[in-house]
Order: sequence, then C-alpha cells, then structure tokens
Amino acid sequence: MSRPPEPWRRREALADLYYMDARARVLDLAAFLDRLDRAEGAEDHRLRSLRAALALLADGKEDRARRILESWSDPTTDPAPAAGSKGATGAWPGA
Amino acid sequence: MRYVEPHAHMVSRTTDDYRAMALSGCAAVCEPAFWAGFDRCSADGFRDYFRQLTETEPARAARFGLPHFAWLCLNPKESEDLGLAEDVLALIPEFLSRPNVLGIGEIGLNKNSRNELRVLERHVQIAVERDRLILVHTPHLEDKLKGTRLILDVLRAHGVKPGRALVDHVEEHTVRLVLDAGHWGGITLYPESKATPARAIDMVERYAAERLWLNSACDWGHSEPLAVPRAALEMRRRGHSAAAVDALVYGNPVRFLSQVPGFRVAEGADLAP
Ligand SMILES: [Zn+2]
Repeated sequence: MSRPPEPWRRREALADLYYMDARARVLDLAAFLDRLDRAEGAEDHRLRSLRAALALLADGKEDRARRILESWSDPTTDPAPAAGSKGATGAWPGA
Repeated sequence: MRYVEPHAHMVSRTTDDYRAMALSGCAAVCEPAFWAGFDRCSADGFRDYFRQLTETEPARAARFGLPHFAWLCLNPKESEDLGLAEDVLALIPEFLSRPNVLGIGEIGLNKNSRNELRVLERHVQIAVERDRLILVHTPHLEDKLKGTRLILDVLRAHGVKPGRALVDHVEEHTVRLVLDAGHWGGITLYPESKATPARAIDMVERYAAERLWLNSACDWGHSEPLAVPRAALEMRRRGHSAAAVDALVYGNPVRFLSQVPGFRVAEGADLAP
C-alpha cells in the first residue's frame, strides 16, 4: 500500500493555492503581448528572448524554469575584458 | 516562528524594519558588505562603512534584542579599479577580528570581468589563509550562470573547503551546480528578480534542503525585509510541517553560521519551538 502524496504533490491542492495567481500572470503576459502588437518599432533582444521562452513554456517537457533561465543566459565561458556597465538586462544580447 | 535573516543590508533599512523583523521571530541578522548604489571615491569610504557594519548596526539591532553579524569585503561592482581594491583589501584584516564579523563576503562577480575575477581571487586567498567563512554573491540575470561557473572554479582552485562557502542568489539553473560542488546555497526572495517564495520552496523540495537557506537580501532597492517569514508561511500553506520550516529558516543558517565561534542567536530563540 503506498501512502497518499504530501499536499505539495497533489495537483488539486496546488491548484487551490496557485491557480488564481498563475491565471493572473497568464493574462498579464497575454495583455503585454497584445500591447506590443499595438505598438510600433523594432523588438530588441529582451523581447526576442521572451518570445523564444514562450515556446519552452509550452513544449510539455520538464524543468521549464531551468531551461528558460538557461536560454536567457550568457553561454560564453571566458571572462569579459572589462566590466563595462554594471547592469544586466535580463537576457543575453548575443542570443 | 523563529528564523535567521542571513543576508540583509540593514544600513539601507529603517529602525522600523528592525522592529518588524524582531516581531516576526528573527533570531539574528547578518549583513554582507556590498555596493552602496554609487562608487566610493577612496578606501576611506570603506573604512567608514566597515565601522558602520561592526559598530553602528550591531547597536541598532541590539535595541530590539537582535544579534547582528557582518561580512566584510570589497563588492564586485567596485572591483574594476584594481588600485582601490588593493587599498580596501589592506583594510580588511584589521576589521576581521571584530566580534560580530563572520568572514569574507559578499564577494563574487557582477559582469564576469577579468578584474572582478582577480579581486575575487584575492579575497578568497585572504579567507583561506585565515580559515574564515566565505559568502559569495552570484551575478544578476543573464550573467548568473556564467558567473557561477567561474566562481566555483575559483573556489575549487584555491582549495576552499566546500562546507565553508555559501554561494548566494542561486536559481533553478545554478542551484545544482552549487550543491553538487558541496557548497551551501542561498536563495534570495525578491519581488521581481531572483526567486519568488513559490520557486524557492520548489527548489527546497527538489534539492538538498539541508544545505540551502532563504534570505531577503533587503537593501535600498526593490526588496522586502520580511521575505523569509513570508516564505515560511507559504511553505506551511503548502502543507510542510512546522519542523521542516524551522529546519530551513532557522536550523540551516544556524548550522552554517555556527562554524564561527562568536555566532549566537537572540536570547531564548534556541529554546523554541
Ligand atoms: Zn546582498
């Protein structure tokens, strides 16, 4: 006899806790994409990386969060010659 | 509930924040040296900052019964200027013996540059020579994965005992690298970047929960000084036991930090729950 799963491994319990939050985030993301459609001008690397991540979100495979973070990461290995600016943009411009 | 705040930049926070933390069950607060939001002009600015971390903040925290501890270093955002870095590195030994100092931190990388890497190595040398604990900041956003790999290489090359270094601000793409190297990992709870409470608890459920801690890393930016107790509440709502929550937000930081002989928690906190 196997024991019932802990609450955090039960889909219904997770939906009770997180569904409304996830629903709101999906709608916010949809509205953001609509807003971009209504706007003009070229898309920079941040928006291109965001759109590329949407495919990972929907590919049905595991570890989406890790794979999306990796897709936005600088894949190079050599130290940069100089720091340049202090900031980061959220997605690697070279992608 | 009781918890330890292992990473908070209290020089940027109000006295009301200290009070709110004490009211929420905080048993000790630890403050790594970091960037002030602007580059300091000289090593004298760091001398004053180190006095603030080792004299002023412990006194502010003590008014609420909170033990305050500090980590000292030159942060990676000011590490491009190697001349300044050497001047600040020369200051550190005289402050290291102060009673509330835990070790060297938060050192690390920001833009993964050659100079940042050199200054990181100098700090690691100081820590290894004096057998002090190390707290490492990993870079932001797209620079984090590369920076984490470079940092782990430096720690390995300098023979740092894995259990003596905590690598902070891990996310889903770096947490395994850090834990597999034998180090401790810190998960930072930020409203936008780094991790949300939900993602933090996911990582705790999936990986070596006994070598992870949660922190707010609250500073002058978008951050939340009560992020750790809020995440603890979320963990309870998800159905985790009070004992599991206590082990994560209190037991783990106490275990890592107790490697420093002078570390202690607020009076009575060790008697609960
Ligand atoms: Zn910090």
